[in-house]
Amino acid sequence: MLSVENLTKTFGGLTAVAGATFQIPEGRITGLIGPNGAGKTTTFNMIAGAMPPTSGKVAYLGDDITGIQTHRLFHRGVVRTFQIPHEFGRLTVLENLMVVPGAQPGENIFKVWLSPSRVRGREAEVLKRAEDTLAFLNLCHLRDELAQNLSGGQKKLLELGRTMMTDARLVLLDEPGAGVNPTLMKKLGEMIRRLNVERNYTFCIIEHDMDLIASLCDPVIVLAEGSVLMTGHFKDIRRDPRVLDAYLGGGEDD
Amino acid sequence: MDQFYGIFLYIVALLTMGGIYAILTLGLNIQWGFTGLFNAGIAGFLAVGAYTSALLTTAASERHIGGLEAPYIVGLGAAMVTSGIIAYVIGKICIRLRSDYLAIATIGIAEILRLVVKNETWATNGPRGVSMVPKPFETLPEPYNQICFLLLILATVGVIYLLIERARRSPWGRVMTAIRENEDAARAAGKDVERLRIEAFVIGSMLMGLAGGFMAHYLKFIGPNATDPLTSTFLVWVMLTVGGSANNKGAILGAMLIWTVWSATEIFTSRLPEELAIRTAYIRIFLIGLLLQIILQKFSKGILPEQRPGGQSTAAGQSTLAGRSTMAGSKKDST
Repeated sequence: MLSVENLTKTFGGLTAVAGATFQIPEGRITGLIGPNGAGKTTTFNMIAGAMPPTSGKVAYLGDDITGIQTHRLFHRGVVRTFQIPHEFGRLTVLENLMVVPGAQPGENIFKVWLSPSRVRGREAEVLKRAEDTLAFLNLCHLRDELAQNLSGGQKKLLELGRTMMTDARLVLLDEPGAGVNPTLMKKLGEMIRRLNVERNYTFCIIEHDMDLIASLCDPVIVLAEGSVLMTGHFKDIRRDPRVLDAYLGGGEDD
Repeated sequence: MDQFYGIFLYIVALLTMGGIYAILTLGLNIQWGFTGLFNAGIAGFLAVGAYTSALLTTAASERHIGGLEAPYIVGLGAAMVTSGIIAYVIGKICIRLRSDYLAIATIGIAEILRLVVKNETWATNGPRGVSMVPKPFETLPEPYNQICFLLLILATVGVIYLLIERARRSPWGRVMTAIRENEDAARAAGKDVERLRIEAFVIGSMLMGLAGGFMAHYLKFIGPNATDPLTSTFLVWVMLTVGGSANNKGAILGAMLIWTVWSATEIFTSRLPEELAIRTAYIRIFLIGLLLQIILQKFSKGILPEQRPGGQSTAAGQSTLAGRSTMAGSKKDST
């Protein structure tokens, strides 16, 4: 579905990503792991159009999307989340979700003034979808709370919820489990699995929690020092001496 | 009776200027309150609007360009259009930059415009300004002309309030606030952040231009003094901050309140001994600054804080959740 070819990003003298090449197969949950500084988030940023690559190519459904801006990719079904939750702090939880869908006539100020019925019609659809999403996330009780008042874990759920407000095809999750307690982590994993099965979202997940990776992801891509160390099933990866050396360490992961 | 009549006229004048400032403050509210755009060049947009409307509606004169004797509706419309165009050009160039650069750019543009109107004497009559600007209803007898002008201003404020309050509560307001809160996340939600920011900047600046036009017609004169950043940019920022950023009612309240206080300080400073009187401008600014401090101690988010549809006030630190807001926590020790 998405292929990355020879992707490179340098910041001054620092090479963050050095010729990474990999594929994200359609309909699967792909894991992207690697030590800190391996270039995982930078790779995400380049795929999602947040920064242009120094060189290399990103192709999505056969089209070259290298350097296309984030908001345009969104409308082609590529959605991303952030490692540090990027909630809209002083919007309510409900509004955080309702702001996401595209094709909202109400985002045109003249339509707000001149054709309020059309705006209201679409708004009702968006509201319905947002309430369904809140129910899915078990966040209904926080509907009218300002997002800045949520806990870290709730913000992570909201981050995932925003990807559910659009008909996404490829969802890039940057450490959905960071700072999330084990119970919520399990629920989060179930939610990702459900979205993959029920809505046919293709996922690519950056994550340090190996249980989450093991239970969800196939294939798993290991990045180290900006390039792909190996790709394969997690069972093979956890035994590979190069991966153990570079990332998992000591033969035992937690 | 004469005394009451004087007070009555004073109040009419106070409300008229307060209303003109309310239009400016509502314009800034769209830019800063909704969208988080730091416009430090309000004086410039006010000047553009004021001069555009003045030059179009006055009688022909050798002292300045224009003089088309256009109806004031045309003048005010043109004031909005020119301010909007200038805002669009500035926006196109600067809005991609970080917000502090927008502040610097707008200060720069306002200063350039001020120097232009001051020095390009052939066009603007330089420091002597454009006089004999027609005033709506001026053919009516006193005090009805004043009252009618006030009603015109209040009606304009009312219509603008209804329009932008409706916009604030709509998906348009929601997406602008999302951009204010987190532009990266807004991009990730498919929003064309640059275009929407320019839109908010242009609409806000058009209101500032309209207010400038009204000011020229009301005072029947416009000179470079009107572009003084102190009495426009600074005062409008104080009005919005005191009234409540992102709250349209707050913007109007803040404009009326601060304009009243500003006018009252003139009564106070005019009674000072002569050696102090020459410094009155600074004393007035000092008093306004002091007032701002006092009000912000009591109301850290302005008198009428932002209110999200369905949600509680954003100033509420008393959330039902354990998570404490970082924004509201700082100044609410008074409770």
